[in-house]
Amino acid sequence: MNRGAEEDAHVTFTGVDMAFDDRAVLRGLSCQFPRGKISVILGGSGSGKTTVLRLIGGLVHPQRGCIVVAGHDISQLSETQMYVVRAKLGMMFQGGALLDSLTIFDNLAFPLREHTRMGEAEIVAEVHANLAAVGLSGVDDLLPGQLSGGMIKRAALARAIITHPEILLVDEPFSGLDPISVKRIEALLHRINRERHITMLVSSHHIPSTMRMADQVVLLLPEGPVAGSPAELQRSADPRVAGFLNEEREEEPRPETPGAMHEGAAP
Amino acid sequence: MSRSPTRDFIVGLFVVAGLGAMAYLSMNVGGYTFRGDGGLTLFAAFDQTGGLKVRAPVVIAGVRVGQVDSIALDTNFRARAKLNLESTLKLPVDTSASIVTAGLLGDRYISLQLGGEERYLQPGDEITMTESAVILERLIGKLIHSTDVQKPE
Amino acid sequence: MIGVVRDLGYAVLRFIDHLGKLTIFTGQIVRALVTPPVRVRVFVAELFNLGVLSLVIICVCGLAVGMVLGLQGYNTLVRFGAENSLGAVVGLSLIRELGPVLTALLTTGRAGSATTAEIGTMVATEQLDGLRMMSVNPIHLVVMPKTMAMICVMPLLSALFIVFGLAGGYFVGVNLMGVDGGTYIASLQSAVDYYDDVAGSLLKALVFGVLVGLIATYRGYTCAPTSAGVSSATTSTVVIGSVSVLIFDYFITALWGV
Repeated sequence: MNRGAEEDAHVTFTGVDMAFDDRAVLRGLSCQFPRGKISVILGGSGSGKTTVLRLIGGLVHPQRGCIVVAGHDISQLSETQMYVVRAKLGMMFQGGALLDSLTIFDNLAFPLREHTRMGEAEIVAEVHANLAAVGLSGVDDLLPGQLSGGMIKRAALARAIITHPEILLVDEPFSGLDPISVKRIEALLHRINRERHITMLVSSHHIPSTMRMADQVVLLLPEGPVAGSPAELQRSADPRVAGFLNEEREEEPRPETPGAMHEGAAP
Repeated sequence: MSRSPTRDFIVGLFVVAGLGAMAYLSMNVGGYTFRGDGGLTLFAAFDQTGGLKVRAPVVIAGVRVGQVDSIALDTNFRARAKLNLESTLKLPVDTSASIVTAGLLGDRYISLQLGGEERYLQPGDEITMTESAVILERLIGKLIHSTDVQKPE
Repeated sequence: MIGVVRDLGYAVLRFIDHLGKLTIFTGQIVRALVTPPVRVRVFVAELFNLGVLSLVIICVCGLAVGMVLGLQGYNTLVRFGAENSLGAVVGLSLIRELGPVLTALLTTGRAGSATTAEIGTMVATEQLDGLRMMSVNPIHLVVMPKTMAMICVMPLLSALFIVFGLAGGYFVGVNLMGVDGGTYIASLQSAVDYYDDVAGSLLKALVFGVLVGLIATYRGYTCAPTSAGVSSATTSTVVIGSVSVLIFDYFITALWGV
């Protein structure tokens, strides 16, 4: 990485070790996520991509290493201290994590009511604006249980960005979606990144959208991370990288031709 | 949280019903009474209380008018009871207090017999005419003793 | 043989570990209690979920228990010619023991398990993590109102249970068995003392509320984030809650005096 990118690093990992009980998930992870760009954390199941996001959010603490988020060293902050840092973060969870006893409107209004002094009319306007931005209007009075998977993800996205965070953490946005919804979410994330200049950190194992969407890719391999732009990774001579890309591609149904059977290695 | 006036109302009803049940049990069934600070406080000293308990009733003509607040030994080693009575009572200075038993083997309580004087007891006064509790064992002992030493005069 | 002893030792250590964690958990709830904002609407909603929704089962069971007491009490007392004390027997049994204890057991089964399942599901679906990421303390928003509601609701439900029980006993004793109504009530009123009986009963209910509230929310909060974890936590709430209520019942009865 050149010095220009280092100055623009919004989130920095340095020598991070993370283990759950006896299982080591991350070993000596060092990488940077540049400001204002979409970075995708790519890896297979269990590679630790969700863990990276949880580390950034302060939901878990590393055994070793240093994590700097928007200028704060969060490695050993207490929960109360993390609340200050989290004001700059937004997180879109894999299952949405919407409060299932509240309507969609109340779910989106929740962070505004908790942390701002906005009047009710302002809140209504803000909620409707964000719902429209993700293409979900008219679902105010529905409960999360009444929405489809794609709609839940979009509502969760709206909730994550309604407080205008600097950094958006997105956990597996494409899991469990049909190919059309995948493209829709991809376009949404792209547009929000461009319009609002939010730094996005996305964890995913969906290679095609990763290659289309990402400005930077951090590929978590068991031996260590490999970082680079999508083009660099695809051209990479490293056999493990190529092996991963091909292996994952074989298991994915192609987005352009839904229902197609497995094809051989890409030409 | 979505607000529901109906639900709030029902919760209110529930709380009122529960508090009402608690009040019923406390006052109606359990006999709890609110004692304002305006009660009439009197003292009475006895040679023997016979197991008179704190909070035992004080009774005039069978009607409860107060309770025993506390019992302590005075300097003469007599049991001095502090009585908390209704503030509206007017008791003549020669009123007497005796410790009696509810039934043959029941709890002890204090019964007051009004005197005839025109001056009334003031708060903090002492009831001077007192009759101690009758201890059943002593009574039986006296009876046995008296029959033993019965001799012609 | 050694395996059994080892398992026992492990179980004891794990129990002490849980006690420690529960104490820390309680401390967090107390700290949340004194931290603004005051969550009135959530608290009222929980009063509804835990209290109002338990009303039917509490009142029906109270009535049934009172009726059984009336019947059994009468049949036993009549052998000694003491059936006029039926009011006292029914009243003292309900107020001193059956009211608070049965209310606590029934509430553990209904409201306690519902609470554990609800919190456990929130853990499994990452809703609590979602709250943390929005800088909202999940203990403050979710756990503390539920616990406080349980503490407030228990004495209210216990009092209602007792009142319905007294009515059930009255119905059986007076209307069915022929005890004089006035005698029933007079015997009840003379035997029951506020300080010895009613105050102790309400205190027991309060303590049981604290117990069940803490156990139910703790098991939900610490459950494994899977559906099997939620189910196991819910069962353990009912079991541990019920056993704790009965054990504490003994100690409170002994300490409150005769």
